[in-house]
Amino acid sequence: MSIDSIFVHKMWNDHELSKMVDGGVPFAMLSDAGGRVGKIYGIYDEDGGVETRGRFIIDPEGVIQGYEVLTPPVGRNVNETLRQVQAFQLVRSSKGTEATPSGWRPGKKTLRPGPDLVGNVWKEWKTEMAFD
Amino acid sequence: MAEELKVGCARPTGGPVGEPAPEGKPETENVRKEDVKMIQVGKKAPDFIAPAYQKGKFVNINLSEFLGKWVLLCFYPGDFTFV
Repeated sequence: MSIDSIFVHKMWNDHELSKMVDGGVPFAMLSDAGGRVGKIYGIYDEDGGVETRGRFIIDPEGVIQGYEVLTPPVGRNVNETLRQVQAFQLVRSSKGTEATPSGWRPGKKTLRPGPDLVGNVWKEWKTEMAFD
Repeated sequence: MAEELKVGCARPTGGPVGEPAPEGKPETENVRKEDVKMIQVGKKAPDFIAPAYQKGKFVNINLSEFLGKWVLLCFYPGDFTFV
């Protein structure tokens, strides 16, 4: 979503983005004239008249599980976004019985929060696991 | 799902759903903007309707149509920018 009109979105997709992605952008390119939606999401830059790089993960109940906002010159890490979605999906499918510690990615160990884990995380999770 | 837009000469616009009209909205000087926190993790994402371009068509997208699915909502500064 940006403040550009749907006509500009079409031009950008058809003339440039479709040269980077086969078939063009598959998802909806939303137009937010005047930043009306961006303002309520807190990512509209009034001085510049543009939206900043806000990214929101919204679950099937319509609840915001996470967000990230960057100023324009720095791009996002899509892999990190997908990792977070996978983590939220795992937590949800476990009905909250599992949690994903720092550095978790699919296939790595999760934690089961409960009385037995209090004071014992050090046995289950090592600092290196945050970085590998 | 998304309703296709009849495109005329006017630029289609959308906006928040369930927001009062911006005209005449009382703005109390004492309430600083920072105090009005509208986005919080664990809270509902504000609903909106916005026109969109998707796979060759102009459509209207309503966030609440996506209940039951995971949604990634991404904002960016502008088309034809570099990053």
